[in-house]
Amino acid sequence: MNTSVNGAPQWQLQPEANRTLVTLSGNWIAQEGRIPEFPDSALKEIRQGEPVEFSTDQLGRWDTSLISFLWKLKRSALEAHVDLRMDTLPESAHKLLDLLPENPPQPQPPAPHHFAPVAAVGQLTLDTLNEIGCVSEMGTAAARGGFAALVGRGMMRTVDLMTDLSAAGPAALLIVGVVNFLVGAILAFVGSVELHKFAADIYVASLVAIAMVREMSAVMTAIIMAGRTGGAYAARISTMQGNEEIDALQVFGIPVSSYLILPSVLALAFTMPLLYLYGCLIGMFGGFCVSYIMLHVSPLGYFHETLQALPLDQFTFGFIKSFVFGTFIGLTSCRIGLKAGRSAADVGIAATKAVVVGIVGVIALDAVFAVIANVIGI
Amino acid sequence: MNNQMPSTNDRPTLISVSDLTLAFGSRVIQHDVSFEVKRGSIFAVMGGSGCGKSTLLKSMIGLLRPRQGTYMVGKDNYWSGDDQSRIQIGRRFGVLFQSGALWSSMTVGENVALPMQMFTSLTPPVIRQLVELKLGLVGMLHAIDQYPSELSGGMRKRAGLARAISLDPDILFFDEPSAGLDPITSARLDDLILNLRDGLGATIIIVSHELSSLFHIADDGIFLDAGQKTAVAHGSPTWLRDHCTDPLVHAFMHREQLDTSSPHENG
Repeated sequence: MNTSVNGAPQWQLQPEANRTLVTLSGNWIAQEGRIPEFPDSALKEIRQGEPVEFSTDQLGRWDTSLISFLWKLKRSALEAHVDLRMDTLPESAHKLLDLLPENPPQPQPPAPHHFAPVAAVGQLTLDTLNEIGCVSEMGTAAARGGFAALVGRGMMRTVDLMTDLSAAGPAALLIVGVVNFLVGAILAFVGSVELHKFAADIYVASLVAIAMVREMSAVMTAIIMAGRTGGAYAARISTMQGNEEIDALQVFGIPVSSYLILPSVLALAFTMPLLYLYGCLIGMFGGFCVSYIMLHVSPLGYFHETLQALPLDQFTFGFIKSFVFGTFIGLTSCRIGLKAGRSAADVGIAATKAVVVGIVGVIALDAVFAVIANVIGI
Repeated sequence: MNNQMPSTNDRPTLISVSDLTLAFGSRVIQHDVSFEVKRGSIFAVMGGSGCGKSTLLKSMIGLLRPRQGTYMVGKDNYWSGDDQSRIQIGRRFGVLFQSGALWSSMTVGENVALPMQMFTSLTPPVIRQLVELKLGLVGMLHAIDQYPSELSGGMRKRAGLARAISLDPDILFFDEPSAGLDPITSARLDDLILNLRDGLGATIIIVSHELSSLFHIADDGIFLDAGQKTAVAHGSPTWLRDHCTDPLVHAFMHREQLDTSSPHENG
């Protein structure tokens, strides 16, 4: 290596009497950003049987950019059946060139993409049906595991259930409270606009009570839990998938459904109805605050009107709804986590998907419940 | 006690570590570790599991600030400068992490290309050409469009090596390069490391306890002890095997069980 050489990397092809000389000069440093290309046609002119040799007297510092150039030259020479004599090259360059394959595999063209809407819809339908089947199967297995746990032969660890219960219940009280309080307050504001015209401010109480108990508390709580706990379940299970933890469970014969999924689903199914009741209470309190401070409704009047508006079956219905929402969020997010790939990006995808499926699913289920309520006349 | 190999190497010193103390909170991992790495050598950091080899490596690549001591790279004091100067010095480093540490959302080719896109002004075709070259050097050209999740452990390591050399660093750090590889793949990786040293003129620091590979490639090194929490011997793996009298080093280098019946300073 000639350290006194300066300047850009250059090469030159000189035909001589019995050979062709490739002169390499300058500093060949990739990071300096100037690497000459070796054109495919450069060796076409060379007469058959004449060797190509190198002169490196003017070669300065070099790194892999020189190797990259020589590799290209070597491949061209092979293609043109030219005899390449590399013995005048630096020995270390030799060693690196020897490591490189002579015929790099050609990149495969990407598979052609056909636009086939019917096939796509069909595939989507099949996939969805398959998913519904898988989630139901998982739910059944988890339920069976739950019964086994009841008779003391379960594979579920109480400590897991307790951890999940605490994460899904007490830890969520603040956010569920804040959201439901604000929803109750907003309902009171919105209701008062119309009711005030008829001097019926007191009925704000029944509006808030019915809206919270029938719909808002259950749906808002479910949406919060889908984002908070459902996303966490999916991320946790897909990370376990990436660490081969799920594989380890399967090898030991520990059923994933009752060891891993059951505590998560149970935690949500237990806490959701309780959070729903708590949300109703806080929402009505939010409505009361607005009515008392802004609309000057008397506390006793608000309390009385609320009790008047609320038959017990409304609560029962909301209670059942939140139980179903909790089970749904638990099962779908665990399923999405189990189905996820094994990379870091897949964990993010799984968490996002769990949240989206959770929220959309809860609202769709709520619509089904609304129809059922209408039919049975609640 | 004979635990210091006499210096036979007259190459200039590239890295010099003196009295380095590494700790997590109040827990000291290693204290007063000193050694020098000559330019162009392959330097092994040896020691049993949990002795702080990887922690030392972490502090040498800038992931863990040592409690005290100096770490010189060339003429620069690595830890005394600001973040910017550390990044500048770090541009001379290439690191092969234990399990490859490839970015999972990118293909192998994109993994190797990213540092070049970030830190050089090369055009995309030139970058592509260099990516092919680096993957070709490690024998992974066929996997250029594959994602890390589709590769085996050994392939991930080789792809990680291609990424480590993407900016032609002059100092390469390898964390357990042959752990989890079969003997043939491991031997090929050793040859590759030797070829890269000779071809790129890089200085290589290897953290490993894979004896067969260390005897083959390393020409200098230190031995860290978890009991005394410091370096107990200096020298190439072969020298330590043949000449070192420290009982722990002797047992390690000869794959023997440590004789615990006699009083022993390594406890």
